[in-house]
Amino acid sequence: MDIALAILLALAGGAVGGLLGVGGGILFVPALAIFLGNTQLEAEATSLLVIVPMAIVGTWRQHRHGNVDLRDGITIGLLSLPGVAVGVLVANALPERALELGFAALCLIVAARLLKRALGEPDGEERTAAR
Amino acid sequence: MPGNRTIRLAAIGILAGAFSGLFGVGGGIVMVPLLIMLGLGERRATATSLCAIVIIAAFATALHGLYGNVRLGDAALLIVPAVAGVGLGGAIQQRIPERTISLLFALLLMAVAVELIVP
Repeated sequence: MDIALAILLALAGGAVGGLLGVGGGILFVPALAIFLGNTQLEAEATSLLVIVPMAIVGTWRQHRHGNVDLRDGITIGLLSLPGVAVGVLVANALPERALELGFAALCLIVAARLLKRALGEPDGEERTAAR
Repeated sequence: MPGNRTIRLAAIGILAGAFSGLFGVGGGIVMVPLLIMLGLGERRATATSLCAIVIIAAFATALHGLYGNVRLGDAALLIVPAVAGVGLGGAIQQRIPERTISLLFALLLMAVAVELIVP
């Protein structure tokens, strides 16, 4: 049952990934931590590995539609390394409970942003649902 | 401004990278709004962020791997539904209004937060 729920969350993570500009990782982490018995740190690390193929497929699809600025995307990706190193270092240094609470805060921030989008007045920028 | 573009892209990358390594997410949450501020349209910003995420997540996986944090079997279990979900997302988008999807997703994330906060 837990495995089925984890798979369902992963499916939802992949589906919303391209839809809302919010990646699937935010659902892969809880899928791994809550349903597959990972520690928060393991869940975060393993989520990143799941993100790679998902993002490759998503990028390939978007590229066919001419939406990807490859030069900008690759530049950002390659120059991210110092930030990634700091993030991974901090994640490994923090106690498990701090990681959990930090991730919960992230979920609430993203939820608030989504609620604003769902319930707020449609303005110019958010109307660009014409994807 | 265009002269500063690479510096701005680097700043976006470093910020998204730190977010990614710390939280196990791609970093799109910080990248997409920043790319929009840089002048990309919402759709282009989302797609370009996804491209950057491929590299960011690969770096972050490798570094977490050095610490022995990556559980390969669990990753393999989730990769298939995650990739299948990408295709599903397109189909869902045709049928369900974006506001409804945002609302459902927000509720799901609040449930996850409660689950994590309550010991």
